[in-house]
Amino acid sequence: MSDTATPRDQGRATSVGLRKAKSRMFEGFMWLTGIVALVPLVLIVFYVFKEGLPAINVDFFTQTAPAPGVPGGGMSQAIVGSAMMVGMATLMSVPLGVLSALYLTEYGRGSFAATIRFVAEILLSTPSIIAGAFIWATVVLLMHSFSAIAGAIALTVLMWPIITRSTEETLRLVPDDLREAALALGVPRWKVILAIVLPTAGAGIFTAVMLAVARGLGETAPILLTALGNDFMNLDPKLPTDAVPLRIYNYAQSPIVAWHQLAWGGAIVLLVVVLALSIGARILSDRQQRRLR
Amino acid sequence: MTKTLSIDGLSAWFGSDQILGDVNMTIQPRMVTAIIGPSGCGKSTLLRCLNRMHQEVRDASVSGSVLLDGWDIYAEGSDPVDVRRRIGMVFQRPNPFPTMTVFENAVAGLKLRGRYPRAVLEERAEIALRSAGLWDEVKDRLNQPGGRLSGGQQQRLCIARALANEPEVLLMDEPASALDPISTQQIEDTVLQLKDSVTIVIVTHNMQQAARISDETAFMLRERMDRPSELVEFDDTKMMFTTPQDKRTEAYITGRFG
Amino acid sequence: MSQQSNAPKGETLTEAPVRRRLRIGDAVFRDTTVAVSLGLIGLLGSILFVLLVAALPAFRAFGVWGFITSTSWNGVTDTYGALPFIYGTLMTSTFAIVLALPISVGLALLINEVKSGWIRNPLTVLIDLLAAIPSVVYGLWGIFIMAPFLNTYVEPALGATLGQIPVIGALFQPTPSAGNMFNAGIILAIMIIPIITAVSREVIAIVPRDLREAALAMGATRYETIKIAVLPYARSGIVGATMLGLGRALGETVAVAMLIGNGLGIQASLFAPAYTIPAVIANEFREATSVGLHRSALLALAVILVVISFFLAAVSRVLVGGSVAKTGKPEPLLDPAEGDVQ
Repeated sequence: MSDTATPRDQGRATSVGLRKAKSRMFEGFMWLTGIVALVPLVLIVFYVFKEGLPAINVDFFTQTAPAPGVPGGGMSQAIVGSAMMVGMATLMSVPLGVLSALYLTEYGRGSFAATIRFVAEILLSTPSIIAGAFIWATVVLLMHSFSAIAGAIALTVLMWPIITRSTEETLRLVPDDLREAALALGVPRWKVILAIVLPTAGAGIFTAVMLAVARGLGETAPILLTALGNDFMNLDPKLPTDAVPLRIYNYAQSPIVAWHQLAWGGAIVLLVVVLALSIGARILSDRQQRRLR
Repeated sequence: MTKTLSIDGLSAWFGSDQILGDVNMTIQPRMVTAIIGPSGCGKSTLLRCLNRMHQEVRDASVSGSVLLDGWDIYAEGSDPVDVRRRIGMVFQRPNPFPTMTVFENAVAGLKLRGRYPRAVLEERAEIALRSAGLWDEVKDRLNQPGGRLSGGQQQRLCIARALANEPEVLLMDEPASALDPISTQQIEDTVLQLKDSVTIVIVTHNMQQAARISDETAFMLRERMDRPSELVEFDDTKMMFTTPQDKRTEAYITGRFG
Repeated sequence: MSQQSNAPKGETLTEAPVRRRLRIGDAVFRDTTVAVSLGLIGLLGSILFVLLVAALPAFRAFGVWGFITSTSWNGVTDTYGALPFIYGTLMTSTFAIVLALPISVGLALLINEVKSGWIRNPLTVLIDLLAAIPSVVYGLWGIFIMAPFLNTYVEPALGATLGQIPVIGALFQPTPSAGNMFNAGIILAIMIIPIITAVSREVIAIVPRDLREAALAMGATRYETIKIAVLPYARSGIVGATMLGLGRALGETVAVAMLIGNGLGIQASLFAPAYTIPAVIANEFREATSVGLHRSALLALAVILVVISFFLAAVSRVLVGGSVAKTGKPEPLLDPAEGDVQ
């Protein structure tokens, strides 16, 4: 260590210019990630529409699956099947989800509530094929048949925790003032919840349901293992039923080129509906949060 | 229809922290009783014990009695829901129900209790809104959402909502502290008009307000956090503010602390 | 209004039937919510129980460790082993994480740290959209658009460059298979970017303002501020986010099944076909009859998947600290007002 050098002279002073350049490069990297993330989104939407639009016609929505080699046909049985199964799943999962959320916000205390939240989170991260395998190993085996109701139950397993968590958040946004004001009027607690808390949280709960439905419509694996699919229109919940994502999955891997086209068509329908629900949910949610602030 | 409220050996806890210790007080009918004291002195807690709202919070507990004209609201088998129909409350921040119109807010207590014919509801709404001094301003706007009113109007709507239940006692927890001076004035006027028909207990951190509108005043103080708060003095308002009995009361009202 | 002014002290204030009815209402309602919540716990328990019971025959026949390490998968001899699937699952998921992590963190930083606030909302919408795309659509696009492109241009290019490096090169040896781990990994990376970004973003937003401002006040550049103030604080949360992403990647069935080639062998190259646990369950469940161990083996695979995924979920929860993985996909994000340095 030289005793004539001042501290400033020692070591390598990194010039301010170099540091600024590094920072700029990093900022460039960050912007790059934005582009990198944007590219697949654009490409997917573009190609889905490009390949799928030719497939969209009246037949697509009214005809059922074409036999191999037969031109034309449509996905009506899958669309109806999806609507039926997601509809049933929604009817089951909404009360279940809302009631468990209500427990967490209005009554829950201590470790029991913490356990429920933990369980809900684990269920949320559970791969959807597990829900399918579970229902396959139970309902399907017991019924000795694949069925729409089994598919609906599998979807419920997925949708229930989603609704619980989202609803719980919305309910927390309802100010405690309102609950207190209602209680102070001499209204019993259960009425306070049903007549004041739930309606005030209304739009938020609707949003939660929208998100769950969007998820349910897009799921393939659980439906595959439980409802199996069907080339024909089926309205009987006890029988195998088709669903749009399932049909896309099968067509995409088949050797028949005409079916690929139908798969793209299905992808457009699925994409439009799911994206509309997701964006709609976001808009509603922002508005609701602003209202309750 | 106003009643005497007798507070008898009332103590209250949040978990193991004792906020109130053996408070004894009698609130006279046809009067406005103010409870004053520095922040944290337990005045809101005391108020909330009077309609059994204190217990709605986790780990909160109460002992002692509060007698409404001789009946203990804390008696075994007494239902808080019933207590609150006789003893109403208005909160610090106006909190009309956002999903209800002005009219629906006014009669919310009635509608949530049972079925009343429309005519009865309309009549009670008008009476309540008049008593709250709000009728003229909202009579043409009854079907608008409650949240559209100004802050002062919302608070008077909340008063009307409490009054529609025809309570015998009305508890008010710093009702004007979130409002502008003009609205505050309106609330104070309303309180003065109401005292003949409802016993009023008002918590306020504004001493001038207490001096303006109350007949009797209670001064509470919590000197140490490891001790419950005390009811230091309870006296006719004019007396308290001119010749306070206790040194601490004097210190508070002359602004030396709080 | 009922009034009984002659009632003695201690009497209640109202008629008994009304009170009882209201009390019953309260109790019924509360009990219902408790019951449903218990049901949620019961659901989780049932899933674990049913899968374990169904998997038991396979575990008993091959031993747990034996099953995990065996590479046979033969319906004729009725011997099954999990190794190829564990390998395929881990390889593709790890590859996906390696790609997705820097991009996600970069995105999260972009949303939070960049001066121009206008980019925030479009970006969060972008991420929401990416998260919302159903996996079968990813798979479809992957099979017909992405995979051909990658197989034609990227595979040979990487084989010629990275493939020549000793040791690491083994990962990049081209093969004639159209379906391979590389393609599956890329699509997985795209699919898990949203969740890693969303969670990282929230964790980064919590970094106290003071820390950033202290760094800036010292004359640190934006990059240095991030490096010394933001990232260290957010590190464990980002690890938690990564685990959530990993969990998602491990469990992804459809897009992977469509792109991975469904090959039973274990090969070093990313360009070789492989098989994942969810993919084999999806492909073979139909032929899995109750005779023999096939069905049990598939469910044993499911058990392995469940155990890994639960473990990741639990650990990430601790790391991220509280409920961030809300819907399993990015929330509609609030107007970011916290933690920005403008």
